[in-house]
Amino acid sequence: MHGYANPARFLKIARPATGWLLGIGVLLMLAGVCGGLAVTPPDYLQGETVRILYIHVPSAWLGMAGWASIAAASISQIVWRHPLAAVAGRALAPVGATFAALCLATGSIWGRPTWGTWWEWDGRLTSMLILFFLYLGYIALASAERERGGDGRMAALFGLVGAVNLPIIHYSVLWWRTLHQGQSISLSGGSSIASELLWPLPLTMVGFTAIFAAVVLMRMRTELARTKLEARLRRSAAE
Amino acid sequence: MNQWSFVIAAYLLVGLAMAGLVGLSVLAMRRAEADAEAAKRR
Repeated sequence: MHGYANPARFLKIARPATGWLLGIGVLLMLAGVCGGLAVTPPDYLQGETVRILYIHVPSAWLGMAGWASIAAASISQIVWRHPLAAVAGRALAPVGATFAALCLATGSIWGRPTWGTWWEWDGRLTSMLILFFLYLGYIALASAERERGGDGRMAALFGLVGAVNLPIIHYSVLWWRTLHQGQSISLSGGSSIASELLWPLPLTMVGFTAIFAAVVLMRMRTELARTKLEARLRRSAAE
Repeated sequence: MNQWSFVIAAYLLVGLAMAGLVGLSVLAMRRAEADAEAAKRR
């Protein structure tokens, strides 16, 4: 794993992986979306609005997975000083923030016909909103640090501290039973959703995740190319 | 209230956001890599 922290080795893998991830992601996402919109039956209680599930759940998962990845990159940076860790953190943050915002927006659109309100200061909704604000803080801190020529350690510390919010989001539906429903799917206990409704969800989950990974790789490649260009320009100016 | 209007609004929002995210990332990556390659050749 440490070997791939070398930018040249990373690029050797990232270049072909980007296209594959994007292609597979788009295909799986389209299959899941078509299944979710046209094939699955409406829910007996929620009716047609249950179809928002297939885009809301992957957005929530990626909003949280994005920050978990930032925390992992932060540990790599603080402990091993991996040269790619800060680049990965900066690439992850805007993508994770987009999915956290999409989770909040699709949840709000789903909440209006289901709960009768666009927003409620419920534990799950509020902790997800805090995650979105944490992303904005991380983006501002990381870009300010980069402009000043810093090594990104402050952003890495912020990334680690912000990870405290992840278990709060996860357990919020158990700790504060207010409006958001409890867990419907768990890794250990199966699912309380009928299989006729559930099957497109793994397709959109994997599809969204592959697209997320492709976009992060693209953003990392962009930053590495810009860094290379800046170094070359500095060298030629010094000659 | 038509339930489908909420479903379509949510899917449109996610579709546009993802298309924008992917499109902007592809353009920025291609431009940055082309600039770096051009500077290397100079």
